[in-house]
Amino acid sequence: MRELDVARITEAVRELSIETNIYLPDDVKNALREALDREESPLGREILQVILENLDIAEREKMPICQDTGVAIVFLEVGQDVHLTGGDLEGAINEGVRQGYSEGYLRKSMVDDPVMRRKNTTDNTPAIIYTRIVPGDRVKITFAPKGGGAENMSEVRMMTAADGIEGVKDFVVDRVARSGGNPCPPIVVGVGIGGSFERCAMLAKEALMRPIGESNPDPEYDSVEKELLKRINNLGIGPQGLGGRTTALAVHIRTVPCHIASMPVAVNVQCHASRHAERTL
Amino acid sequence: MKTVELITPLDEAQLAGLEAGDKVLLSGEIYTARDAAHKRLVALIEEGKELPFDLRGAVIYYVGPAPARPGQVMNSAGPTTSYRMDVFTPLLLEHGLKGTIGKGPRSMKVRESMVKNGGIYLAAVGGAAAGIASAVRKAEVIAYEDLGPEAIRRLVVERMPLFVVNDIRGNDLFELGVAEYRREGTN
Repeated sequence: MRELDVARITEAVRELSIETNIYLPDDVKNALREALDREESPLGREILQVILENLDIAEREKMPICQDTGVAIVFLEVGQDVHLTGGDLEGAINEGVRQGYSEGYLRKSMVDDPVMRRKNTTDNTPAIIYTRIVPGDRVKITFAPKGGGAENMSEVRMMTAADGIEGVKDFVVDRVARSGGNPCPPIVVGVGIGGSFERCAMLAKEALMRPIGESNPDPEYDSVEKELLKRINNLGIGPQGLGGRTTALAVHIRTVPCHIASMPVAVNVQCHASRHAERTL
Repeated sequence: MKTVELITPLDEAQLAGLEAGDKVLLSGEIYTARDAAHKRLVALIEEGKELPFDLRGAVIYYVGPAPARPGQVMNSAGPTTSYRMDVFTPLLLEHGLKGTIGKGPRSMKVRESMVKNGGIYLAAVGGAAAGIASAVRKAEVIAYEDLGPEAIRRLVVERMPLFVVNDIRGNDLFELGVAEYRREGTN
């Protein structure tokens, strides 16, 4: 059995915290550049230019792209042939977040209690950690800092089989229409369908990790994604909601089997700063 | 659409000619406040107590900046979503607040209050936070340090680039812009 010291996980999370907040993935940058070429609204074009210039400034000055450096979302795939040593896994991840957010001068956005006290934890912990045990002897860490503005525009709806794909489409478009300029469009829309109440929400977030431009492997859902993108961009919301033809850069759908009585659907909205990166140890 | 230089504190005369869609280059002192600070400010007004800064002619920027590095005036500092402050804003406008800066649309109550009290709402580009920081010349925490990123800061800004969303006549750039680019169906 392969041994892996959790200190290496701390180190990876520390680095990923800083890197994801400064450098946007190439697929997102390319999608923003293509949006600039297509956008009809002069104001929309100007905003897209400001967004692209900001990415350059962030890289050059090593500053976070957005001041909202997010809640630390961590997807972990732990190979079942790995023996983790040197401490507890979740503690090691939180230590990585603590170090990364401090050393990277990133904003600490977590409060200890959601309602009554709302006192800042001052180190951006705890991270939100999802762990899966998978075959193999590697540990894959996907780190995705998620801003509050776009997350607030997300929703889960327990739909029924009778609602069908048209019901799903209307829900997704309506959710984006009601979000308007709030989630910092152009957005990426993650849609999770099936499973259970909580599983579909997870799927929607996982769908945001797919690179923009990579097709859905299922041709039927691929065409639904394309149709939804057109319908969403026809809403006219545009960059920052001030009007334009670029409301979303992509719609990504993920599905899993579900109960005969159910059709859970989740929409997770992601701002244009679609930050995420992976590392395999 | 025109570009207008505005200097704080704002008064009615400066705002009279502004229209939704105009570009603004804002200079002078502005104050940062978001959810938690708004709650405290409104509580102070309701208790008849003095505020940590003079609201008359003031501009509030909805932002919680990233912490500054040593030697850096301001780290990334883009706008947060404004609707969360909607419930607090009319009272502040009644007490002299003239401008707010954020992202996303405002409620009808806030829009009506802006018309009634002669206030404007300006949009900064959300997520363009590293660029916006370069317009900030000075920054100091003046109240509620315990709130960390949500503390009230006095900023001195120089030609901070913004768009007029709501002018004092009740126009709304979100409504105007979206209506222009909306299409029916999936073509």
